[in-house]
Amino acid sequence: MRIACPWCGPRPLSEFTYGGDAAKTRPKAPEAAGLETWMDYVYLRKNPAGRHREYWHHGSGCRCWLIVTRDTVTHEIEHVALAAPQMREGKK
Amino acid sequence: MSRQSHRLPEGGLVERSRALRFTFDGRALTGHPGDTLASALLANGVHLTGRGFKYHRPRGIYTAGPEEPNALVTLGRGGRSEPNVPATTIELFDGLEARSQNRWPSLGFDLMAVTSALKPFFPAGFYYKTFMWPRAFWYRLYEPIIRRAAGLGRLADAPDPDRYEHGHLHADVLVAGAGPAGLVAAREAARAGARVLLVDERAEPGGHLADEQLEIDGKGGAAWAGAVAGELGGMENVRILARTSVFGRYDGMTFGALERVSDHLGETGGLPRQRFWTIHAKQFICAAGAIERPLIFANNDRPGIMLAGAARSYLNRYGVLPGREVLVFTNNDDAYLTARDLARAGAAVAVVDTREKAAGAEMLPASVDVHYGHAIIDTGGRKHVHSAIIAPLNGDAGHIGGQPRRCDLICISGGWNPTTHLLSHLGRKPAWDNAIAAYTMPDPGEGAHVAGGAAGIFDLGSALSDAAGAGRNAAGACGFRARGKAILPALEGTQAYGVTPLWRLPQELSSGAKSFVDLQNDVTVCDLELAQREGFGHADQAKRYTTLGMATDQGKLSNVNALGILAELQGRTLDETGTTTFRPLYSAVALGALAGQRRAGEFAPVRYSAMQDWHEKHGAVFTQAGLWMRPYYYPRGGEDFAAAVNREVTAVRTRVGMVDVSTLGKIELKGPDAGAFLDRLYTGGFSKMKIGRARYGVMLREDAMVFDDGTVSRLAENHYFITVTTANAAAVMRHMEFCHQVHWSKLDVQFCSVSEAWSAMAVAGPESRDVLSSVVEGLNLSNEAFPVLSVGEGTIGGAFARVFRISFSGELAYEVYTPAGHGAGVWQAIFEAGRSSGLTPYGTEAMTVMRTEKGHVAGPELDGRTTAGDLGLGRMMSAKKDYVGRWLAMREGLEGANRLQLVGLRPVGEEGSFVKGAHLVTDPRATGPDASQGHVTSAVHSPTCDGFIALALLKDGRARMGERLFAVSPLHGEEVEVEVTDPVFVDPQGERMRV
Repeated sequence: MRIACPWCGPRPLSEFTYGGDAAKTRPKAPEAAGLETWMDYVYLRKNPAGRHREYWHHGSGCRCWLIVTRDTVTHEIEHVALAAPQMREGKK
Repeated sequence: MSRQSHRLPEGGLVERSRALRFTFDGRALTGHPGDTLASALLANGVHLTGRGFKYHRPRGIYTAGPEEPNALVTLGRGGRSEPNVPATTIELFDGLEARSQNRWPSLGFDLMAVTSALKPFFPAGFYYKTFMWPRAFWYRLYEPIIRRAAGLGRLADAPDPDRYEHGHLHADVLVAGAGPAGLVAAREAARAGARVLLVDERAEPGGHLADEQLEIDGKGGAAWAGAVAGELGGMENVRILARTSVFGRYDGMTFGALERVSDHLGETGGLPRQRFWTIHAKQFICAAGAIERPLIFANNDRPGIMLAGAARSYLNRYGVLPGREVLVFTNNDDAYLTARDLARAGAAVAVVDTREKAAGAEMLPASVDVHYGHAIIDTGGRKHVHSAIIAPLNGDAGHIGGQPRRCDLICISGGWNPTTHLLSHLGRKPAWDNAIAAYTMPDPGEGAHVAGGAAGIFDLGSALSDAAGAGRNAAGACGFRARGKAILPALEGTQAYGVTPLWRLPQELSSGAKSFVDLQNDVTVCDLELAQREGFGHADQAKRYTTLGMATDQGKLSNVNALGILAELQGRTLDETGTTTFRPLYSAVALGALAGQRRAGEFAPVRYSAMQDWHEKHGAVFTQAGLWMRPYYYPRGGEDFAAAVNREVTAVRTRVGMVDVSTLGKIELKGPDAGAFLDRLYTGGFSKMKIGRARYGVMLREDAMVFDDGTVSRLAENHYFITVTTANAAAVMRHMEFCHQVHWSKLDVQFCSVSEAWSAMAVAGPESRDVLSSVVEGLNLSNEAFPVLSVGEGTIGGAFARVFRISFSGELAYEVYTPAGHGAGVWQAIFEAGRSSGLTPYGTEAMTVMRTEKGHVAGPELDGRTTAGDLGLGRMMSAKKDYVGRWLAMREGLEGANRLQLVGLRPVGEEGSFVKGAHLVTDPRATGPDASQGHVTSAVHSPTCDGFIALALLKDGRARMGERLFAVSPLHGEEVEVEVTDPVFVDPQGERMRV
């Protein structure tokens, strides 16, 4: 598998580290969030068979965290973006 | 010059003017350049090459390619010995040594062949059914015997002396297979401008063309292929890899290929033996050709029985006549080429065709008889086939037992299977095509194309025009438009293909003797019938029940025949039954090739500090810490480990010592929000820390478990420096980048790992200030000017130094950081300055002893299951700010009496010692998972305490001071009564570091 890093271009998997489900966001108001929200953020994951947005770290390249949209069945990669919000392309 | 009994005077690609000597089971033979081991053996009349896996029946050369199930040999000797290599893929070289396998004491006389007579006792599923009971008999008795009886070659018993390389290749279009379709597809893609990589497992291009008597552009097939390959080789955008097998397709258009660089040379001559290529392509053309299927009948495994295409290959490519009285048994037209070519070469040939008529018969010379509607139903001959019984398929049973017909070669053909493995490796299923009675891949998927025989197109003319289209389409998909018409050669002597499948003989024509479906794993028609009867008829179940297709050939010959038989038994079509899944590897890859250069000393990089030479000169014994080599201890004279470590610890506790801590992870942070960022990473707060100060810090994971610890120092208003543990350096950096880029990207902070940029050493002990003061310039180290947790800058011998008053040992101590280029010089300068104080270099073990004496946690305690509270660090958790791990720290279960908490242990009595990992129990005889109250994490001999001490994690430990328990390690046979103590054994008030 190769990941097309927005900075570095297509690079082999061995340069990256997996970082888990990118659908989860750290609670913005941490104190008010409550235990249940925190448990959900830290522990609960969907594990879909199909489209999945996930973090990958380009440790042997630009050291950026990426959000990769990947099909967990076919391993096809649909989209790769930088994880830092202000650097995401087509930010919605 | 040749005395090879079955070599023809002319024809083929072998170079008859040169003889190559080789041995097979010690027998000296000769062949020629261009031969494979198999063709050279056949040229010498040797068919018998091995014994069957299960029944030890004599077996011969069955194919002419990598699909070979029988003729597996062991090559070479010693470390170069390689088992299970198909003789059909070994290019002959002078001095080659090959040995047959799975026979004892010899190939001709094999005692194990008695299993053949016991056949009724070895049905499918035999092991599962028979060796269930008693359980202990399995590994003591049954398994060793079965392992000896059933098997292949033996592994080499010495390290592999050869070299293997890894490499990456990139191409627009990867073409797997340089047969006629692959050559034409590659040429069209290359003419359009695409970067083409053409890969083929053989030494020379052309695929099966050299096996055939045909004309292509007015030349022989091999000559045409050579000309096209020459043309391609002259193009800048084409690379051809010969002797290279594409063995797997992986995600994202990545492919694995193995190049046999010097296997054919006999001597590597400085070259690597093999290269393991990772290929990245934009488009893929599978032009892997097709593999012939056997026909199945009683005793169809005798030496002298081979695939019809293979016989043609031995005749036309190698100039070997594999038999003189030949029966060709077929259900399709392709085998008629074999009959024709063998007859032309002077053999007496008869054809047995299961069909009622055949278009192919027109090409046969008059001398060849054709028996339509007939089948070979049994054969005779032990070490070589000598006869066959032929019977009409629809006649009465009276023909069985009829007069055997003499023969010395039976060529069989049950049709051809397109080689679509590489297209299936990502899980795509092939579809059944009735027209050719085979599975094909009509939709190879995005980015993939299939051409020629692999596409199920067995007419060469159609195959080539289709392949040209595939080449142009693949180039087009990469943005290269082809100009002009495709170049297609003129053909003569090609043959239309028709086939009518026959999966097994009708019941009344089955003699009861073994009819093999999978020759390599000795699976018979009976085994498949049994699997079906016992409810394991599904393709995937039958495979596992009978082991069909699970040998090294991965069922290349047997899978489709087995599916045909199962479909027939179930009254279903092959479309309905479907196939088993093809997975990489297509052909075997040596472990050495997978490892590449990553062996022994080159397995992983080794990291050394800048002071490595000094450590070596001073007799350090080294230990590995991750990739780092670190001094473990520095023995003097005849000292053993314990004596050296005790001396080093005592030196630090009484005078002064120095340890290399360059391996610590070091990160510098700058920016207005650097302090705020650190506040969110650590349990403590750092944004309000004064400039020139340092403090201990603990990082948690978001689940509140301790992640790492180290020191944080503030060098300037917006400039911080942190150290992290050696083992976690990379993970902490990754974590910080995640926090910055994902959680708090608005914080204005930049940070960078500077681990390699700085050398670091700790100078510790009561005399450390005196030593350092005498060598540091520009920094007042007095207790008033530079108290505990101060940070300052100075120079040592002219080199820049950052000095931190930080203590890991508990003594008065300093850490000195200097740019790595000055590391050795600064270390030496301090060492010289400390001579009069007896400055003692110490290693990681003395460091461990001293941190254990002080109750400082390290790797063994930070095991990912301990909270700050468990480790007695709860007071470091700020309640005033948000930080990673704060919010889940308060949850139920992470507090209270059930937690394992950090405690110290001392043995009761003088002699007790500990083992790391020992469990703490109240009753040493108690067993079961609930007996353990905790475990020993760090255990050392402390010269300061004059005895063994340990840190442990104990349930509700802090409330149990003074309690007596047992530390037991059944694994080591140890049992010690211990007393629970405070984890700080030395200087609990921390006074010594403050003096």
